[in-house]
Amino acid sequence: MRILAIVPAYNESPTVAEVVRGLRSRGDVDVLVIDDGSTDETAEQARAAGARVVRLPVNLGIGAAVQTGYRFARWHRYDVAVQVDADGQHLPSELGRLLLPILEGRADVVVGSRFLGTGDYQPSVPRRMGIAVLSRVVSAVTGQRLYDTTSGFRAANRHAIDCLAEHYPRDYPEVEALVLLRRRRFRIVEIPCRFEERAEGRSSITAGRSLYYMVKVLLAIGIGVFRRVPKREVRGGG
Amino acid sequence: MDRVQWVSILASAALLLTVLELVRSRRLQEEYSLLWIFTSVVLLLLSCWRGLLDRMAFLVGIHYPPSALFLVGLAFFLIILLHFSVVLSELSERTKRIAQEVALLREEVRPRDGDQAERVESS
Repeated sequence: MRILAIVPAYNESPTVAEVVRGLRSRGDVDVLVIDDGSTDETAEQARAAGARVVRLPVNLGIGAAVQTGYRFARWHRYDVAVQVDADGQHLPSELGRLLLPILEGRADVVVGSRFLGTGDYQPSVPRRMGIAVLSRVVSAVTGQRLYDTTSGFRAANRHAIDCLAEHYPRDYPEVEALVLLRRRRFRIVEIPCRFEERAEGRSSITAGRSLYYMVKVLLAIGIGVFRRVPKREVRGGG
Repeated sequence: MDRVQWVSILASAALLLTVLELVRSRRLQEEYSLLWIFTSVVLLLLSCWRGLLDRMAFLVGIHYPPSALFLVGLAFFLIILLHFSVVLSELSERTKRIAQEVALLREEVRPRDGDQAERVESS
């Protein structure tokens, strides 16, 4: 079972080395850091810690960076791909639990959720409300009750890797990817996970931008409802 | 409702539907459709709600309110055009960088030993 950890990173040199080391200490995970045009030493730090690093020549944003990781996973035929943030919010110790539903064969994609119970770490109230709204919309559109649709801590099996490598959304990708996967009948399982606290001040998302992103995502999801999915792209179909 | 109002409503509705369909069929990215959607919604609103249009026209000093609608439309299109000029500039810069990287990589990948080695450039 070959597992790839996809670590998208944009100017995360303070934390990326530790994240890489934490993942590699498991022993069964290959680590790929996607350097999205960082202007600091993210790539060097990651390499020194033992990760494979792909450096995008221009900054493409989180969606394209993560998709690059999935393309790598597909190309090198990994069985499972795990998304892990480079800022240390996602704990390598939780990886085992994240992978379990896939290993047991009952899920194609597993989402590590902040809101299913083990939460010591909770994001600020406005963010929680925004996420709650998005999650409800996604739940309504996909027919599956999901609680943390913005979590970047997720795992995908071979089938899902193929799909995500091809179709990853650009703008608020975590949310749209779930809708995209559900429409193609992938099985998504959400499990509670512990997250590490990160000082909110380091986040690049202000209140105004959050609103802008929300509008964009809701619009994208709304319009997406009217698209037809080619039958051959439906899991097990065609 | 006079004819010009009907025309305005139909035209702005047609614009809105066209933009939405372009996004749905993936020929227009959501990001770049936002300004268009906002514009057509505003135009549609002002076409439907004559009172608001009249008040706006009066505030700006225009005697014939439908002219105010054209003015609003023009202003929005100006903003959209400017926006796209900015987007183009950014894309142009990115394309330049990518081309430079490719050129540098080609040199790295070029085989150095022996005349038997193949060229790696396809164009």
